[in-house]
Amino acid sequence: MWDYCGHSLDVAWRRGATYADVRVMYHRQRDLTTKSGEVGTLDQSESIGLGIRVVVNGAWGFAATDQLTRDGVAACAAQAVAIAKASALAKKEDVQLASEGVYVDSWQGPCQKDPFEIPLEAQLDLLLKADAAMRGVKGVTLSETDMQFRKIDSWFASSSGSKIHQSRVHSGCGIVATSFKGDAIQKRSYPNSFGGQHILGGYELIEAMELLKHAPQIAEEAVALHSAAQCPETRTTLILGGSQLGLQIHESIGHPIELDRVLGQEANFAGTSFLTLDKLNNLRYASSIVNVVADARIAHGPGLGTFAYDDEGVPAQCIDVIKDGEFRGYLSSRETAHLIGLNRSGGTMRTEGWNRLPMIRMTNVSLLPGSWTPELLIADTDDGLYMDTNRSWSIDDRRYQFQFSTEIAWEIKGGKKARMLKNPSYSGITTEFWNSCDAICNADHWVLWGTPNCGKGQPMQTMGTGHGASPARFRNVRVGTAFSNE
Amino acid sequence: MSPTRKTRPVSNRRGATSEAQPRPERELRAITDNFFRIAKSLGLREVEVHVDEVIEALTRFANNTIHQHVAEHGLNVSLRVIVDGRTARVTTNRIEEDALRAGLESAASLASSQPKDPGLLPLPGKQKYRSVRRFSPPTAALSAETRARAVKNACALAESKGQTAAGIFSSGQSQSVLANSRGLFAAYRQTQAEFSITMQQGSATSWAKANAADFRAFDPLGLAKIASEKAAHAANPMELAPGRYTVILEPAAVLDLVGFLFYDFAATAVHDQRSCFSGRLGKLLFGQNITISDDVYHPEQLGAPYDGEGIPRQRVVLVEEGVPRNLVYSRRSAKQAGKRATGHGFALPNEHGEAPMNLVVGGGKTSIPEMIAGTDRGLLVTRLWYIREVDPYEKIMTGMTRDGLFLVENGKVTQPVRNFRFNQSILEMLRNVECLGPSHRATAEESFEMVVPPMKIRDFHFSEVTKF
Repeated sequence: MWDYCGHSLDVAWRRGATYADVRVMYHRQRDLTTKSGEVGTLDQSESIGLGIRVVVNGAWGFAATDQLTRDGVAACAAQAVAIAKASALAKKEDVQLASEGVYVDSWQGPCQKDPFEIPLEAQLDLLLKADAAMRGVKGVTLSETDMQFRKIDSWFASSSGSKIHQSRVHSGCGIVATSFKGDAIQKRSYPNSFGGQHILGGYELIEAMELLKHAPQIAEEAVALHSAAQCPETRTTLILGGSQLGLQIHESIGHPIELDRVLGQEANFAGTSFLTLDKLNNLRYASSIVNVVADARIAHGPGLGTFAYDDEGVPAQCIDVIKDGEFRGYLSSRETAHLIGLNRSGGTMRTEGWNRLPMIRMTNVSLLPGSWTPELLIADTDDGLYMDTNRSWSIDDRRYQFQFSTEIAWEIKGGKKARMLKNPSYSGITTEFWNSCDAICNADHWVLWGTPNCGKGQPMQTMGTGHGASPARFRNVRVGTAFSNE
Repeated sequence: MSPTRKTRPVSNRRGATSEAQPRPERELRAITDNFFRIAKSLGLREVEVHVDEVIEALTRFANNTIHQHVAEHGLNVSLRVIVDGRTARVTTNRIEEDALRAGLESAASLASSQPKDPGLLPLPGKQKYRSVRRFSPPTAALSAETRARAVKNACALAESKGQTAAGIFSSGQSQSVLANSRGLFAAYRQTQAEFSITMQQGSATSWAKANAADFRAFDPLGLAKIASEKAAHAANPMELAPGRYTVILEPAAVLDLVGFLFYDFAATAVHDQRSCFSGRLGKLLFGQNITISDDVYHPEQLGAPYDGEGIPRQRVVLVEEGVPRNLVYSRRSAKQAGKRATGHGFALPNEHGEAPMNLVVGGGKTSIPEMIAGTDRGLLVTRLWYIREVDPYEKIMTGMTRDGLFLVENGKVTQPVRNFRFNQSILEMLRNVECLGPSHRATAEESFEMVVPPMKIRDFHFSEVTKF
């Protein structure tokens, strides 16, 4: 692989590139699903190729190919140079890159049990048993399970001299029970909705999730939701479960802090951000108990945003995003760092694969734990709601106004969890919501949730991101608007 | 799809030598021939192969300059085996003998690792396909430099108006071959081009987008002018109270909402009782002015005339004058329901079954200016954003307006309005359509391209307002 990297860099250099970096990436993936007792998807795939990014005449070009021969990668490099020359036709300023060290390194992410070495029969057997356990509950009309495994090897080289090999495995699983009755469809998922939980790691995640233990419980809840009262439309105290809070962080903190959005580079598709540059170190984003970091280091945990180097060769870092409630930092790249007065990238450039350009992406954007336990939090709440497990999510293109609905909620009355509620939802304005946070649970209840399906960019790229969260409480939140008719 | 089509390629001499070239169809056939030979040598008698080659390029701009500019060339071989009533799929982008052999062996191993599937059907035999022509040589030859010059013109327009432009200009081509061991062989190729632009004037924005098989079907500078003029009128929006409003949805907004119905028309979704049409087929559900079909042969549609198993796609009337009449079927769901397959199945194995991917919503004769002229008080909606399903059976969707929301009073557009969040049932919405415009191909970001009309709809539910 290094030969292909070196040859493509040589060609780019000879044709006039003043900077170039190249990624050869090999992806291997396995997808398993079951539905109502039958195997659904049973796919395995692999993909290998090379993508090269060049600066010529002060402008960017990128080309990618799966033709891994000397001629193939040379043609690809030549195409990237030609594209960069075309880009220069509509250039305003030359590309500037923050300086970065030269690294020659190899890194392997944690993986105790290689999921591709676990017999497929055992994986399917577990899913089919979980599927059966859900269907065993009367009233369940659809049962679904899934597992997904990805193995990613990348070889990065730059014209500055860096050569970095990284190898990592991502694993995920989830189960869903659906119940159709009368004129309503209700569902419950475990450990999270939309594909379950995903981490940087191996089959040990699947074993730790104890799918069989939880399958009957979520099936019973899906059926019970039909008899539950409707979530009221009101303002109240809201406690969010960890997985829902993870998505809240993703949408209302993770995306607004992407510097490419802030600078207007995503204006046509993903949108911009209310966090204009004047707000850096000048905005009370949240209440003083809120601390949020973007941490790609393995020390933060095995998240989907954990790596040793980003895809432009910058070492993983931990960035303060919100410190004691104050807005402190963006996600940046080598090209954007100088615009916020940094002399170094925050190391957040990531690519979906060999055929995509690296772009600013979330790493692990996490809410640091507080001091409460869930039991104390509920006991300390006279009147409110506890919502858990996302059902839908939506936020405007500048990341101000959001609405989330969850699969399930419970009333909290007099410090105790009371009756179940169906069709829960809540909405708000980002900074008002985060400033209403008055309690966060402790590290014992903190989980690094994986969001495997974050879409951004044109052409679209799907990326996995991590979000550490423990249950937290918010005051005076508007709930129930999704089903309002007024 | 004929390689002999007599259209002179338009290429830029300086750029042409750097553009990737697709393989001749004979090379794709050679890959399938090799695949069948290896399968036979392994004793695998029921096999299927998809070969898909993609060449795409995209010029992306923001702040009146090109900031990303990419090109990609790739080929995938996706193969499926059936072994003793079990099936599995393996996909690779390597085409050497050892890679195809390893892929077949892996697929056979995966298939053998699962329980027998009593509902699994044998591979289909030879099929006949209607011809569709969706390959434009000038689009296939469009160079990076040509795209960059079009972008430069759009950015120059923005600068002349004191605005900021962001968007994309993409072009590409793809070709596919699908073959199986029972003699089925299908081949398809198409080109595609897209231009999308957002114009920003201060904090005001507007947007325009087009997508077609032939880049000459749209005018990038014309789209830039539309977005520019609307952005100029979108500054200083007033805040209105949430509530129910008459809305005039431009085609992109209609597309993005109606597109969320697509999987509800799958027979498998109805069988699984997760479709909003469960228990509602044959009943008047929408207004009588609503007719929806799936028609891959519509002249403004793109896509292959066959499905993931190689079954020819049929035109299916899904909703007729407000009544959901028909579903689409894969071979498997058709057999379960005692129906004929309609050619809408996904590649197997999968748990989703099928879906209509070429929706055509019947239109009317009322133009958008006529809709505005006939409205006492309402809102003109350019585009919707971040739409998600809140309730799957009533099909309540939430999302935001974006890039141009305008108040209509006494038959005229009078004021820009701050963006709203909506929570609106699509079923109710399609009962409240007062008039429709002519249907044309539309493109947005939340749903795939469709042929849709603009619609004037009463009592559209906006629940909250944002800050811009």
